[in-house]
Amino acid sequence: MNLFEYIRAGSVAEAVAAGALPGTAYLAAGTNLLDLMKGGVAAPARLVDITRLPGLDGIAVAADGATHIGALVRNSALASHPHIAKTYPMVAEALLAGASAQLRNAATTAGNLMQRTRCPYFYDTASPCNKRRPGSGCQAVGGATRLHAVLGHSPHCIAVHASDLCVPLAALGAVVEIAGAGGTRTVPLGEFHRLPEDHPERETVLEPGDLVTGLILPAEAAAFAGHGRYLKVRDRTSYAFATVSAAAALTLDGDRIGAGRLALGGVAAKPWRVAEAEAVLAGAAPGADAFGRAADALLAGAAPSGPANAFKIELARRTVVRALTLAQAGTPARMPALPASPFARSAGALHA
Amino acid sequence: MPETVARTRHGSSIGQPLTRREGPLKVTGQARFAADNLPPGTLHAALCTARIARGRVTGLDLAAAENHPGVVAVMTPDNAPALAKHPDDKDGPFVFRLDLLQDWSVRYANQPVAVVLAETLEAAFEGARLLAPRYAAEEPRIGLDAEAPFTPPGVGVGQPPDESHGDVEAGLAAADKRVEAVYETAAQYHNAMEPHAALAQWEGDRLLLHTPSQGLTAAVGRLAGLFGIPPKNIRIESPYLGGGFGSKGLISGPQVLACMAARLTGRPVKLVARREDMYGPMGHRAETRQTLRLGTDAAGKLTALDHLTLTASSRFDDFFEPAGGVSHTLYATPNLAVRHRGVRVDTGTPLFMRAPGEASGSAALESALDEMAFACGMDPLEFRLANYAETEPLSGRPFSSKALRECYAQGAAAFGWADRPREPRQMRDADGFLVGWGMGTATFPALMFEAQARAELRADGSGTVEIGAQDMGQGAWTALAQIAADGLGIDLDRLTFNMGSSTLPSGGIAGGSAHTATAGGAIHAAAAAVIAELAGIATSDSASPLYGAGNAGVVAEGGRLVRRDDASRGETFGAILARAGRERVEGTGKASSDPAAQKSYAMHAHGAVFAEVKVDPDLGQIRVSRLVGAFAAGRIINPRLVRSQYYGGMIWGLSFALHEHAALDPRTGRFLNDNLGEYHVPVNADTPEMEAILVHEDDPHVNALGVKGVGEIGITGTAGAIANAVWHATGVRVRELPITLDRVLG
Repeated sequence: MNLFEYIRAGSVAEAVAAGALPGTAYLAAGTNLLDLMKGGVAAPARLVDITRLPGLDGIAVAADGATHIGALVRNSALASHPHIAKTYPMVAEALLAGASAQLRNAATTAGNLMQRTRCPYFYDTASPCNKRRPGSGCQAVGGATRLHAVLGHSPHCIAVHASDLCVPLAALGAVVEIAGAGGTRTVPLGEFHRLPEDHPERETVLEPGDLVTGLILPAEAAAFAGHGRYLKVRDRTSYAFATVSAAAALTLDGDRIGAGRLALGGVAAKPWRVAEAEAVLAGAAPGADAFGRAADALLAGAAPSGPANAFKIELARRTVVRALTLAQAGTPARMPALPASPFARSAGALHA
Repeated sequence: MPETVARTRHGSSIGQPLTRREGPLKVTGQARFAADNLPPGTLHAALCTARIARGRVTGLDLAAAENHPGVVAVMTPDNAPALAKHPDDKDGPFVFRLDLLQDWSVRYANQPVAVVLAETLEAAFEGARLLAPRYAAEEPRIGLDAEAPFTPPGVGVGQPPDESHGDVEAGLAAADKRVEAVYETAAQYHNAMEPHAALAQWEGDRLLLHTPSQGLTAAVGRLAGLFGIPPKNIRIESPYLGGGFGSKGLISGPQVLACMAARLTGRPVKLVARREDMYGPMGHRAETRQTLRLGTDAAGKLTALDHLTLTASSRFDDFFEPAGGVSHTLYATPNLAVRHRGVRVDTGTPLFMRAPGEASGSAALESALDEMAFACGMDPLEFRLANYAETEPLSGRPFSSKALRECYAQGAAAFGWADRPREPRQMRDADGFLVGWGMGTATFPALMFEAQARAELRADGSGTVEIGAQDMGQGAWTALAQIAADGLGIDLDRLTFNMGSSTLPSGGIAGGSAHTATAGGAIHAAAAAVIAELAGIATSDSASPLYGAGNAGVVAEGGRLVRRDDASRGETFGAILARAGRERVEGTGKASSDPAAQKSYAMHAHGAVFAEVKVDPDLGQIRVSRLVGAFAAGRIINPRLVRSQYYGGMIWGLSFALHEHAALDPRTGRFLNDNLGEYHVPVNADTPEMEAILVHEDDPHVNALGVKGVGEIGITGTAGAIANAVWHATGVRVRELPITLDRVLG
């Protein structure tokens, strides 16, 4: 048996102290971690259960309009929260496009950020994997790579981050709140995940003991509420990770775009956001031309990590253009029955 | 879906859309599946499986596993109980080689290489992990290009690899138009809701085994041979299956390993396959590459059809997907050739999976027909009608019945096919999605195995029917009971119906879409024997109102025997038996295929499937929006259950066309998606509005009940119809299934 120590933390300080010991993993809902442990992919020596930590499961709006989301807020609670649904609708849409209702009822906000890649070679413990066993090599390179990265990959790792939620969060400039040995600090979500480079095992900027305690959606992100969409292209209509996804948000100023926000999912080890792409949108006339140029800017430097994923570059470009087009048309008054699906429009029924 | 079929025959059980009789047990958790058994002292088994696809195990860390708390024993080739017969000895067409720890070789990934027995499931799994096998690995051969193709000795179960009539090359040469295309279908693995489970218990030389089985008699025979004990010493209980689809047709290696482990330890052993254990030792549907060559004359009639299949079997056994079989039977052509070629790869042996051969072959054939129709400038339905086979193309035999024209007509009408534009990429919906319509012909042979049954009528008007038949979820508990009740002329609630145990008369195999015909036929015969004896008593008893009516002039209905020519003259079973001083009348019956009828007639069920798909023009994502199937399968015992079989088959056809494929790393031969998260089947959001039309068909020749099979035909036709609809929507012909968005985007 993978004999591990189990600690139920009573406070954030306690959790951080216990988490700083080598071989420690934080346990929240465990929708990913427990699967990894059962499959022998992860073998932490110590689990620090943070599910009983007080005060981490709330959603609060500060005086300045920023929204604080506790680390333990369940995906389903976050998606259905009236303030989130109204102010950051593409966050709700992305959440509802992910996993299944049962998983969303369990999975937490911080856990979503911390989920591991779905690269099949990461899960196949008989294969080398630089994430699982640093320095052992990457079996995905030269293997079955249809869903692997086209941006930010390295010869040492071509895996993608599978989160839906992180894509609109990155686009909206969300900030991660982290408790550590030195106190609390914040890191923009766009800088939270690391690209693989020479150390694919270092997936985030977290240091030992660091605990994600919450997320902050800035007040100015509310300006995109009327024109924000998440679009997820995938191999079946539900219960599949993104082949490619995009979060797109606009403010419209007469016949011009005021500001645009844009991020891609399923293409890299982190949600992919590029300042130049949003600069293209600012002040431009909304439409195919500007949207195409923004997509090109966002995908600058894209390259297949295997012949089977070359299609994702053009698909990502089209997905961005479509997401921007949908955003321009306006956020639907009600959540579609198939949130984030290309078929959301034709599905008829509304999401319950 | 509205229930449109009313009671078609008053006073009869047959024909009524009854709900599953065991349904309440299942939805309340009272139905006891194999894995629900846990007698005192049971040991839990965990398989340690190979992480290479070819080579041998050179070492196991036995001490680590054996020293783990709770581990009782580790079964390896060194201590596995000796078998009376080597599991690689093949002594029948339905015997396939099993991996039962006879040596240290590894023939495929996920092959069991040891079994850990422990007091708890957790300890067993940890023991299996601690074994950490070491290997001498060899480079595996994976995929259809693994080696030069050869002609296998047989395909399926002993069918010839090559069959033909006429001269295909001459027919092609003389053709006005020709189509040649290569279609590929992916490997699919069994994912029944219930993985194979076994609870094995020995008492001396007697084995009690709780395990799901689609063929109890064959399983008993295989176990008896392996363990060297008489079949009567083996009892298998299999009242409920959480799906079979062919994977439980023959007993699998892991089920036998549970029996061996119970013998080794002297304790009951429970082994439940994990999901990943399903990918290897349980059989699968092998990949195919099918080359279709068609020629037509100026009127659009086929001058030749050549169907060449390349498929893969394992390195150590023979099962070659008989994909060309559909071309034997569907379309009239003077020149026909069906050929199969094989390669050997380092996977488990492929075996039966719902519509083996027909599913893969139909997907390719129906796509090729669609391409040929377009080349001829004909509507796909018009083209199929122009090439309608009035007799079976390969054999020339007449069909025992064939209501395929009615299937085409009713399906097309319900779907609205007449409005279909001939050119592709002509239709859009209000939201801008590309819309396409496609169709395919469905077909599956009406087979028959062998079965026996016994029946009893009692003086109180109740009856019992018993048969070792199997309900794998298709509804046998209900449909077979309906046949039994009708045969005995009693209401269903007066019937005790027993099945699902090897202690009962052999029910044959619940496979080949033949179970209702076979087991139902035996039940029908057993009940008829009972009624014949009862009629003999009554008609020879001068005190009976039936005196002198003669056997042939008497029928059983509603608990009474009555004159056929005057139902008002008769009496209750109880009255007849009371005068005769009898408590009960018993009878037995059997059913098997009729060689004379087989020789005279080609026997097949048919159908037509119409599909509508929507495709995002920019993103390529595909969604099936409508499926209409119309099927003619002889007499329908229970329309509700039959419709469910058609729905299930059509959904698998959708899965075949758009989703299912096993991904293996070509370098290691290991699976990349041996789990339900990544091995995609359609979820509810992928499953469209569906309609299954039951087309009336009388068949006086096929068997005593006039029943053809319904379990597998729904896949056939559907995969091709969807592939054709994707082409019609987009103008892109994807010849590699499943059709994924990248393939549509090209």
